[in-house]
Amino acid sequence: MKGWTGKLVALGIAAALGTAAAQAQISDNVIKIGVLSDMSSLYTDLAGAGSVVAAKMAVEDSGIEKRGYKVEVISADHQNKPDVGSAIARQWYDTEKVDVIVDTPNSGVALAVNQITKDKGKAFLVSGAATSDLTGKACTPNTIHWTYDTWMLANGTGGAIVKTGGDTWFFITADYAFGQALERDTAAVVTKNGGKVVGGVKVPLNNQDFSSFLLQAQSSKAKIIGLANAGGDTTNSIKQAAEFGIVKGGQNLAGLLVFLTDVHALGLPTAQGLIFTETFYWDMNDQTRAFAKRFAERDKGIHPTMVHAGVYSAVLHYLKAVEALKSDDGTKVVAKMKEMPTDDPLFGKGSVRADGRKIHPAYLVEVKKPSESKGEWDLYKIRATIPADQAFRPMADGGCPLAKQQLFVTTVLGRDLADFCAIVTDELREWSVSAADAPFARWGSTSMCAE
Amino acid sequence: MQALYGQLLVGLINGAFYAMLSLGLAVIFGLLNIINFTHGAQYMLGAFCAWLLLQQGLGYWWALLLAPIVVGAIGVVIEKTMLSRLYKLDHLYGLLLTYGLALIFQGVFTNYFGSAGQAYRLPEEFSGAFNLGFMFLPRYRAWVILASIIVCVATWFVIERTKLGAYLRAATENPTLVQAFGINVPRMITLTYGFGVALAALAGVMAAPIYQVAPQMGANIIIIVFAVVVIGGMGSIAGAIISGFALGVVEGLTKYFYPEASSTVIFVVMAIVLLVRPAGLFGKER
Repeated sequence: MKGWTGKLVALGIAAALGTAAAQAQISDNVIKIGVLSDMSSLYTDLAGAGSVVAAKMAVEDSGIEKRGYKVEVISADHQNKPDVGSAIARQWYDTEKVDVIVDTPNSGVALAVNQITKDKGKAFLVSGAATSDLTGKACTPNTIHWTYDTWMLANGTGGAIVKTGGDTWFFITADYAFGQALERDTAAVVTKNGGKVVGGVKVPLNNQDFSSFLLQAQSSKAKIIGLANAGGDTTNSIKQAAEFGIVKGGQNLAGLLVFLTDVHALGLPTAQGLIFTETFYWDMNDQTRAFAKRFAERDKGIHPTMVHAGVYSAVLHYLKAVEALKSDDGTKVVAKMKEMPTDDPLFGKGSVRADGRKIHPAYLVEVKKPSESKGEWDLYKIRATIPADQAFRPMADGGCPLAKQQLFVTTVLGRDLADFCAIVTDELREWSVSAADAPFARWGSTSMCAE
Repeated sequence: MQALYGQLLVGLINGAFYAMLSLGLAVIFGLLNIINFTHGAQYMLGAFCAWLLLQQGLGYWWALLLAPIVVGAIGVVIEKTMLSRLYKLDHLYGLLLTYGLALIFQGVFTNYFGSAGQAYRLPEEFSGAFNLGFMFLPRYRAWVILASIIVCVATWFVIERTKLGAYLRAATENPTLVQAFGINVPRMITLTYGFGVALAALAGVMAAPIYQVAPQMGANIIIIVFAVVVIGGMGSIAGAIISGFALGVVEGLTKYFYPEASSTVIFVVMAIVLLVRPAGLFGKER
């Protein structure tokens, strides 16, 4: 009798723990979101404190806290230094139990945090950074690249300009991961469309004076001067180009990455006529306008850039996935986010690909003339819409191992992904081989078959 | 070859900014021995003052006159209330105080104005450029070189060749003796600090039309200006001016031949100069 009661009690406890364990898979009972951004330097206005506002708005709009979950949003300044960003990411993941990092403008920092997130099995939702390598050779099962990337910018802006006659290019490039990726992707688009790159110069990040580089661009006689930089660098280049009579001399500037806050800082008289690509503009429809109004009230009147919109959209989708899975395990949530289609008031309906690339349409915009603008933030007119399936680099071209695996399974083996994963894991179990040792280890242990 | 001339001229323009800024710093650092890290923030204050004046309808020429006075007055207040208490202590305390002040100014302005900066339109008189054949020289940049040379030469003249300047130089070498002669040394130091700050603000106003008026504009340039003053030699006004122009040209040439190094070349030069002549090119060993 004693033996039986003991076993019954043990069974009872095990059952209770089992069900408790199944429900309480939110680590430490808090979904902790870390907004890692540039809070003090040249990218502050396009991301920065506004990204924190966007993340908090997403948490509120998701209503997840009313359904019993606890969510916390913290933030930090990576100062555009990969070592500082890495240290913060490590500390957040190890000590502060952060579950997901969002935003991270500055591709150098993003690449570093990308690697750390993979090692720790957490989640990384990139809105601010641009390098297309995040869904290319540096792709991981833990990262989703949300808002835009250098390939989309190159294809949208570069393609449009070459097709309208701008066939010789000179690049002024910010000399770090982002600028180099943007220059590489745009040069590829230019050459593919029959144009020629006649020269370029690499400039240190956060440079104040571009007069010397603009002079070199002038003497190259290229029709288009491509600005492969962002934020303060771009606004300085454009302002100084006006001084040196670049446009009067017959050349044109191509701002490859320009944000709403840059145009606002330049002023319409200087920025008018600039053509570039973005994936969000606050004045596109009633839903975006409503969001912009709420955002501006919380962020000193600044209207949201596409980076802010991306943080909002990514966090919203992340919380949906966490609720569906009842877990905040990074690798699993990212896999779930790829499974679920996205839908939010800012980007509309979209999806996340196997290589971590979020898909949505892109817009070719032109800056209005001062006479056409009816408000402080009424700055763009939409020239064209690039449909979602054409806006981003085809998955097969990126060189991402995750994409290759999925393509191999679905196209070559002709198998449904779920079936394939079941077969692989069964085989491994039968042979009592540890996943790391098996010859097919790579297939079973990636999030493609997240277990 | 033509492209090279253009680069040299552009280097000279940058050098003009460095010279004007390092002049103010040389006066404060070299003569008063105050390590004024706020110099960059005061340059930024000058630019913002010009922008604020523009919002009130007062244009560029008013700003050239008023901004240095306003910011100079702020400098005088800083000196009287805070810096003067630190003279008896190690110089590093002055460094800490001024660095802290710089961070405060920068933070407050970033909070109210954002980091993207404000647009300051070029005054109409300066639009257009001189076609020099090898390059277009914007009228405004030509004015910058001219104004900078005038200000630098005038300041050098006052300090090195007039009685007032002689009193100042004497006061920094031996304050007690000079005070015994009946000269109000503390007031002289305060006004000199204010003058150095006003020079920084003047450079800020001149920078406003061509660089974005942004809170970080000072932080980016202050380190270079310190390097210029060190290379020129502490205590030497002429040294700071000549080094400012020369280093502008060196940086311009580097941007032409090897642009990736353009943000570090000045520090390489500083390291070499300190190894060979620790007191700077024109300085005197103390």
